[in-house]
Amino acid sequence: MESSRRKFIKIAGISALGLGVKPVFNVFASSEEHGRKSEIKKSKDALTAEQWGMVIDTRKLTTAEDVEPIINACNKIHNIPDHQNKNHEIKWIWEEEYEHAFPGKENKYLNERIEHLPFLVLCNQCEDPPCCRACPTKATFQREDGIVMMDFHRCIGCRFCMAACPYGSRSFNFRDPRPFIKEKNNEFPTRMKGVVEKCNFCAERLAVGKKPACVEASNGAIAFGDLGDPGSEVRELLRENYTIRRKQGLGTGPSVYYIV
Amino acid sequence: MLELAIKGSKKYWGWVVALLIIAGIGFGFYLKQLGFGLGITGMSRDVSWGFYIAQFTFLVGVAAGGVMVVLPYYLHDYKAFGRITILGEFLAIAAITMCLLFILVDLGQPMRMLNVILYPTPTSVLFWDMIVLNGYLFLNIIIGWNVLEAERNDVHYQKWLKPLIYISIPWAVGIHTVTAFLYCGLPGRGFWLTAILAPRFLASAFAAGPALLILLCLFVRKVTKFDPGKEQIQSLAKIVAYAICVNVFFFLCEVFVVFYSKIPEHMDHIKYLFMGLHGHGSLVPFMWTSMILMFIGIILLVNPATRKNETVLAVACVAVFIGTWIDKGLGMISGGFVPSPLHHVNEYAPTFPEIGITIGVYAVGALVLTVLYKIVVSVKEEVSA
Ligand code: SF4
Ligand code: SF4
Ligand code: SF4
Repeated sequence: MESSRRKFIKIAGISALGLGVKPVFNVFASSEEHGRKSEIKKSKDALTAEQWGMVIDTRKLTTAEDVEPIINACNKIHNIPDHQNKNHEIKWIWEEEYEHAFPGKENKYLNERIEHLPFLVLCNQCEDPPCCRACPTKATFQREDGIVMMDFHRCIGCRFCMAACPYGSRSFNFRDPRPFIKEKNNEFPTRMKGVVEKCNFCAERLAVGKKPACVEASNGAIAFGDLGDPGSEVRELLRENYTIRRKQGLGTGPSVYYIV
Repeated sequence: MLELAIKGSKKYWGWVVALLIIAGIGFGFYLKQLGFGLGITGMSRDVSWGFYIAQFTFLVGVAAGGVMVVLPYYLHDYKAFGRITILGEFLAIAAITMCLLFILVDLGQPMRMLNVILYPTPTSVLFWDMIVLNGYLFLNIIIGWNVLEAERNDVHYQKWLKPLIYISIPWAVGIHTVTAFLYCGLPGRGFWLTAILAPRFLASAFAAGPALLILLCLFVRKVTKFDPGKEQIQSLAKIVAYAICVNVFFFLCEVFVVFYSKIPEHMDHIKYLFMGLHGHGSLVPFMWTSMILMFIGIILLVNPATRKNETVLAVACVAVFIGTWIDKGLGMISGGFVPSPLHHVNEYAPTFPEIGITIGVYAVGALVLTVLYKIVVSVKEEVSA
C-alpha cells in the first residue's frame, strides 16, 4: 500500500496550507493509530495478503439454489437482520441479474444463459475506494491488505459513503437491527441503529486462518486469495479465464472478478 | 443590543410564540426519530439522502445569496446597499443555522457528531463543508453584529472588521462550491457528476437568496417604520433577474450535454425527473412546475415595466423562490439517487414525521431571523428618530 501512503502524505500536505503543520501531523498520527487498533485479534495462523481478491465462477452458480446457501452463510455469521420493510434492508452479499450487476454492459441481444443467471454482488473491496475518501471520520478505512473496513463505533451515520459507493454495496441501519436477527452469532458483533455496514471480506475469519464464509459455502465456485501473489489461486484463474469486473471504468479498482 | 429583541409588540410576541410551538412540535418528532432511528423517514437503502439533505443544500444557497448585497457595497462602494447589507448578513446567519440543524437531524448517530473534529479527514468533502459553514456563520455574526452596533452608536465600524468583510465575500462563494463538491465528485452518480454543478448551485443561490431578501424588505417596510428603500429593492431585483437567467442557462447546458451525448448513466436521472422512468415519475409535475415558475420569474424580472411594479415584483420573487426550491429542495437529491447505481428505480417520498421535523427546523430558522431582524429594525428606527 505504498502508493496510498504516498497519496495520503500528498493530501496531508495540501491541507497543511489551510491548517498549519501541527494538526496535520496529528491527523496522520491518528490514522496510523487507527490502522493498528483495527487489527482484529491476530493469531499466528492469520492469513495475510498484499491485496485480497475474489474470483466468482458464474458458470458454477446457475440457479437460485446454488447461490442461496452462500448468501445465507454470510447472513448467518454476520448477524444480518431480516427486515420486512424493503427500505430498511441490510445486504452484504446478494444476487442481481446481469443488467443490474453490470449496468452499461448489457447487450440488446444477450446470451440467454447470462441474462437470467444469478450474479452474486458484494462490496468490491476497491483498491482506490471512493467510500473511504468520502467518510469524514475514517470510520470507513482501508487496511494494509486492501480490505475496506468499517468501525461501527466511530460511524456517525452521515451516509456519505453510501452516496460515494458506485456499487450500492452499503447498507444503513434505519432502525435497531437486533430484534430482526434470527439466530445470533456471539462471535461477531451486532450493530446498532444509525450506522452503516457492508461486507468486510470476513476479516475476522482471515485473522484466525479461515477463508471467508461465502467462499467456504460455494463448493469451489468462489476462489479467494492474494491478488499480489502471482502464484495464488486467484491469479491462476485470472490468467486462464476471461473475467469481468463491475464498472472498472470508474477507476475504483474492484477486487472481485467474475468468470462468465 | 440583545435587549431590543425583547421589547416588542403583541403581534411580535404572538409570532415568536407560534414559531416556538412549531419548533417544539418538530422537536417532538425528532425525539421519535432519535428513539426509532431514521427508519421513520422515507429514505431507503437506494435513496439514502432525502428531504433533510436537500433542504440543507437549498439553504446553503440562501446563505451564500446574502453576499449579493455585501459585495456591491464593500467592493464597488455601491452606497445604496449600505442600508441593507445587515439584512443580507443576518439572513445568512439564520440560513446557516438551519443548514447545521438539517445536517444534525440527518445523522444516524448524532451523539458522535464530534468525531468529525476528533478524527479530521481532509479527503472528505464533508469535513471541509463543516469548516466553511461554521466559518461563514461566525464571520457573519461578528461582522453583522459589530457593524450594526457601530451604526447604533453613530461611529464608523472598527478597522479590524474590514479584512473579515473582504474574506466573507469569497467565503460565501466557497460554502456553496464546497457543498456542490459533496455531490459532484462522486463516481457512479451520473446526475451530479458534472463540473457545472457548483456554478449552477451558485446561480440558483444568487437568485433564491436575493429573491427572499426582496420579499423580506417589502415585509419590513410594511410592518415597521424602517424602509429598506426603493432603489435597493430594484437593484436586488436586477441581481435576481440575471442570476435566474444564468441558472436556467446552466441547466440547459447540462440538458444539451446529457441528451446529445445520450450516455444513459447521465441521461436517465433527468429522464426520471422530467418524464418518469420505467413507470415511476412522482417528481415529474414538480419539476415542470419548477421550470415554469423560473420562466415566469425571468419574464417578469427582465422586463423593466413589470420589475418596477413592486406587487408584480413580489409575485416574481415568490415564483423564483419556489422554483429554485423545488429544483434543489426536491429534485436535486432524489434525482441523483434514482435510478440507483445498479439501475433499480426505487422512488423516495418524505414521510409525515420527516416533514414535521423539517418544518420544525424552518421554524427555528424563522425564529432566529425574526429576532435578528427585530434588532435591526429597532436600531434603524432609533437612529432615524
Ligand atoms: S464497493 Fe463500494 S463500499 Fe466497497 S470498497 Fe468499493 S466503494 Fe467502498
Ligand atoms: S456513514 Fe459512517 S462510515 Fe459512512 S461516511 Fe458517514 S461516518 Fe463514514
Ligand atoms: S466475504 Fe465474508 S462478509 Fe463478504 S460476502 Fe463473503 S461471507 Fe459475507
